[in-house]
Amino acid sequence: MSVRRVKLCVFAACLIPLGLLVWRAVMGDLTANPIEYITHRTGDWTLRFLLLTLAVTPLRKLMGWSQLASFRRMLGLFAFFYATLHFSTYLVLDFFFDFELILDDVIERRYVTAGFFGFVSLVPLAATSTKAMIRRLGGERWRSLHRLAYVAAVAGVVHYFWLVKIDVLPPLTYAVILAVLLGSRVWFRYTNHRVGRASATGRDRGVPTDADLAG
Amino acid sequence: MLIRQAPDIRSSEITPERLYRNRRQFIQGASGVVAGALVGGAMLGRYGGLLRAQESIDNLKQSPLSTDEEPNSYEDITTYNNFYEFGLDKGDPARYSHEMSIDPWSVRVEGEMNKPAADVALDDLLRPHTLEERIYRLRCVEAWSMVVPWVGFPLGDLIKRFEPTSKAKFVKFETLHRPSEMRGQRGRSLEWPYVEGLRMDEAMHPLAILAVGMYGKTLLNQQGAPLRLVVPWKYGFKSIKSIVKMEFVEEQPRNSWNVAIPNEYGFYSNVNPEVDHPRWSQASERRIGSFFRMRTAMFNGYADQVAGLYDGMDLAQNY
Ligand code: HEM
Repeated sequence: MSVRRVKLCVFAACLIPLGLLVWRAVMGDLTANPIEYITHRTGDWTLRFLLLTLAVTPLRKLMGWSQLASFRRMLGLFAFFYATLHFSTYLVLDFFFDFELILDDVIERRYVTAGFFGFVSLVPLAATSTKAMIRRLGGERWRSLHRLAYVAAVAGVVHYFWLVKIDVLPPLTYAVILAVLLGSRVWFRYTNHRVGRASATGRDRGVPTDADLAG
Repeated sequence: MLIRQAPDIRSSEITPERLYRNRRQFIQGASGVVAGALVGGAMLGRYGGLLRAQESIDNLKQSPLSTDEEPNSYEDITTYNNFYEFGLDKGDPARYSHEMSIDPWSVRVEGEMNKPAADVALDDLLRPHTLEERIYRLRCVEAWSMVVPWVGFPLGDLIKRFEPTSKAKFVKFETLHRPSEMRGQRGRSLEWPYVEGLRMDEAMHPLAILAVGMYGKTLLNQQGAPLRLVVPWKYGFKSIKSIVKMEFVEEQPRNSWNVAIPNEYGFYSNVNPEVDHPRWSQASERRIGSFFRMRTAMFNGYADQVAGLYDGMDLAQNY
């Protein structure tokens, strides 16, 4: 299968969580509290896609699957897509633009503050995900900007920790995965350093090549 | 044995429910009809036997304390539950609570009372009481709410039978602890058994009831069958389910959520839009089944009846 075709399959697969939600909605199977259900599922998938996106580079380096790099942008954009759904659920379905209550929530409720922070930090990443923007910013600047993905993931995990009442196992699981991903980054940097930077391509330093973004 | 029905009075002969549900109307007029119906009602809904899953309880006495808001659907009420003894997901109680056997059932009653401590079989516990329908708002601490047509009787009526002494300042309740049938008790979440309590005057308040049914049928296990507390002006977690013990105590008991997270859950836990949970706002709520959020009312809308219980108390301090 060509990379292009695999990409198409992955793209379709990324839409499955949304498809399931729509299916359940059509079947009237969103529990007694549909808005809460939608909030939770879209929140889950925002965090999962964020972590998947952050797993691409470590996996590529570990397994030597250079083709993986070309999936990173798509996964990251899906993280943003689900985050947007998640935030819209909150804004439209849950609070229906009641800004008095929302302001109270964002400022006083630390879990909402953390979530909001995570969402806001994803916006510049989505906005600079095009080839033209990478060129415009230049590899290095683009790369440091896109470290925000880690910030968003950390905010997402903190958000989750702060919103659970007593069951910390799910946020803890995500926290461990995130810690491993962050740790691997440190580890690769250390080992890369010893190999020597001279041989490192743009891709090795985390900037996608034109080939990665093609198709 | 079934719940005894009154064969000679059909429900159509009793004053229409609306009359009872609307307090103003109730007070204003038709007092003769009401009085007649109440006398009749006293003979109705009397508990006459073992409660089994999904028995129907007919000819219930209606109550002027009921709200006239539209109750939530039977399905919503029985599939969306917090009952951590069966798991943390709202669907877990409906999925797993059938594993709990509720027959036979008895309640241990003990503590500061004149009557001797006893294990009271459910039948004996319920027999003297007249069951009535109480349609109450239920407000969860998680900021959602429902309207539930409970079937029960005043908790105070039961308490009086045991003649608590002047040392009885609080009533403490415990839920069944049986990990073999309650899978949530095998994992770590709260400490078991679940404990809740009320101050004596709260427990004696006419709004506080023990429920055995809902929608004219006996409770399902996920709702806390066969016997649960309902205190409509407090957050839902105060209304302890599947009660096996009632104890009159001098010291304020420590309720399970307070033990778990003391700075988030207090003893009183009165519904109060002004006192936020430390991590989320209590100013508004989602009524299950409706799209728009609604503002939460003080004491869940029961302020007229219960605010006096807390005169002079700092409710932000005693959250
Ligand atoms: C990077 C951004 C975000 C991530 C990764 C994220 C992730 C999550 C996750 C994993 C959950 C829990 C789902 C579950 O319980 O299964 C959740 C719940 C929730 N999130 Fe977010 N979220 C983000 C941003 C936001 C924003 C911007 C808001 C609103 C301003 C928000 C509001 C909520 C609410 C209201 C809940 C449900 C809380 C509850 O049930 O008590 N989130 N989110």
